Amino acid sequence: MTLIKGARPYGEDAVDIRVQDGRIAEIGPDLSVDGAQLVDAAGLVALPGLVDLHTHLREPGREDAETVETGSRAAALGGFTAVHAMANTDPVADTAGVVEQVWRLGQEAGLVDVVPVGAVTVGLRGERLAELGAMADSAARVRVFSDDGHCVADPALMRRALEYVKAFDGVVAQHAEEPRLTVGAQMNEGDRSARLGLAGWPAAAEEAVIARDVLLAGHVGARLHVCHVSTAGSVEILRWAKSRGVQVTAEVTPHHLLLTDECAEGYDPVFKVNPPLRTAEDVEALRAGLADGTIDAVGTDHAPHAAEDKESEWAAARPGMLGLEQALSVVVQTMVEPGRLDWRGVADRMSVRPAAIGRLDGHGRPLAVGEPANLLLLDPAHRATVDPAALASRSRNSPYAGRELPGRVVATFLRGVATVLDGKAVR
Amino acid sequence: MKRHLLEAGDLDRDDATLVLDTAAQIEAALAGREVKKLPTLRGRTVVNLFYEDSTRTRISFELAAKRLSADVINFSAKGSSVSKGESLKDTALTLEAMGADGIVVRHGASGAPHRLATWVKGSVVNAGDGTHEHPTQALLDAYTIRQRLGRLDGVRVAVVGDVLHSRVARSNVWLLSTLGAEVTLVAPPTLLPVGVGSWPVTVSYDLDAVLPTADVVMMLRVQGERMNASFFPSAREYSRRYGLDARRMAALPDEAIVMHPGPMNRGMEIAAEVADSPRSTIVDQVGNGVSVRMAVLYLLLGGAPE
Repeated sequence: MTLIKGARPYGEDAVDIRVQDGRIAEIGPDLSVDGAQLVDAAGLVALPGLVDLHTHLREPGREDAETVETGSRAAALGGFTAVHAMANTDPVADTAGVVEQVWRLGQEAGLVDVVPVGAVTVGLRGERLAELGAMADSAARVRVFSDDGHCVADPALMRRALEYVKAFDGVVAQHAEEPRLTVGAQMNEGDRSARLGLAGWPAAAEEAVIARDVLLAGHVGARLHVCHVSTAGSVEILRWAKSRGVQVTAEVTPHHLLLTDECAEGYDPVFKVNPPLRTAEDVEALRAGLADGTIDAVGTDHAPHAAEDKESEWAAARPGMLGLEQALSVVVQTMVEPGRLDWRGVADRMSVRPAAIGRLDGHGRPLAVGEPANLLLLDPAHRATVDPAALASRSRNSPYAGRELPGRVVATFLRGVATVLDGKAVR
Repeated sequence: MKRHLLEAGDLDRDDATLVLDTAAQIEAALAGREVKKLPTLRGRTVVNLFYEDSTRTRISFELAAKRLSADVINFSAKGSSVSKGESLKDTALTLEAMGADGIVVRHGASGAPHRLATWVKGSVVNAGDGTHEHPTQALLDAYTIRQRLGRLDGVRVAVVGDVLHSRVARSNVWLLSTLGAEVTLVAPPTLLPVGVGSWPVTVSYDLDAVLPTADVVMMLRVQGERMNASFFPSAREYSRRYGLDARRMAALPDEAIVMHPGPMNRGMEIAAEVADSPRSTIVDQVGNGVSVRMAVLYLLLGGAPE
């Protein structure tokens, strides 16, 4: 039994929260300690545990970059209680066996609920459907399917995938990138790519696929989720699709909310990511889209890479950035502090909606009596400079290195058990 | 001068003029000498680190360093550093350990010299990186223009052809505009980068309209593989619309010159009679390249005034 003293649920008035048997047993002022373990949460904001729809854990295959365990620890430190592990591992998570392996490793680590994402197509090759039903029926209970890292570019195959997953209430999470428009692409196509001599990744390559997919999803009445939306045009298309009643949801990454293609100056590949960092106008549109709900969720696209995969020429470096540990801080800086999202809004975009999209039971629930005690405590006033050497991830490719960010996750609880206390992982 | 020469934008007007003036001094100092060698960089080591084949640029840098009495190591790392094992960083640290004072790098990846410069203590000279820049080519082009026309300020330069993939074009745009020239890029829209509107240039799709007012026409090499990628319909159509033949050359003002960074596709972007005409500076450019590269190495590694 734990008693959280003086926390502010959703930033509102301070109360005490009693946690018992994995659930929130009591909420109110001045609850008696009554033998409980005491957690002093004076001044801390309490939020439901965060849910990430988009994490790369690299296990199996690249355990030198991250393991399920190290990624889980990074997630817990970021305030997450559940993460969806993307399928582009080696071997690819395209069978019940691989998704069950990842799920079991997550259970053993016990720091967050690791929910495997299944590949849409065999080997992410975009040629034929993987055994989606077997993954859905497995112990991992897969509901989100994605070839992330690759686009399901064939429109007929995408249509079939969207239709097929309806049988088990699944969702296809699309990495929207028309491959013929992004051959050799290295960064956002525009003024900077022209000058830096890096081949451009045009916004239209993302927008064209989103436009196509929302039409397909509308036609077959299926659920579509759009990964890491990065352009102003994409936000417009999503707004239009939602106004037409299409069952489409979307996520934006923390880095696309904060950083622009200006970061490519100097050719430091830590800023190389797919989709690429875009313009200040795109960043503004993404913030507006997240604020008004057109974009449903923040997805970290946490993409750890070993040093040798980043310390190279820009073109040779793998795309991707770390995201789990700083996601909430970036949202605080870009959305909360400017007054664009309140704490209930943060809970909605980082917990409630992602859990609903992933059909996760027990996550994204309100802070209320009887609910599972998945929650975090945040010190919003704390500011710190990001030191990659101090991160829990096995990799160091943080785009926020040296940057001061607000907010510190002081504690995270998974079903009532602390995974983080005093800002440190419990295990 | 800064420690490295990574892009033409590293040079302000004073620095760029200093390089050109130094090249002229070096040329004058060596003129008529039987032994074309200066002792300036004796005891210094220059590494030519070439990840891409480029015989003429490598020889030009090698000759420049040798004429300054530097020790020269040619390191040819054919192919990609990624596919071939050792990383660029490891190679850089090896060269550093061997005491390289200057590294002249040619690389297929844009920005590779910038990365290299973060890993080594010596000076890095960009000898061409991907589709980004080739600053010494722009310096030798500027040197050649000044030599032939006597000035750069107000000179109208038409850069014609595959600007999208051309590091020569990018370097010339920045350097020539720094030095006061007026640059017009002439190309089919498919061979101009999106975002070219932010460059300090005028853009035209019509070569015939530009020629009568150009003091310099700089033709760019067109690579055969661009045709297969539908940047233009055919070599014949490209040549008709953007090739410089004798008829078009006749439209130029009397004093105008024709340049080409080489190697040329004769009959494609430039007709043989144009390339071999007295207006062509193509041979001068090659010779001036050595003087300009001597000046760059001297200023970065030798007696550069602070």
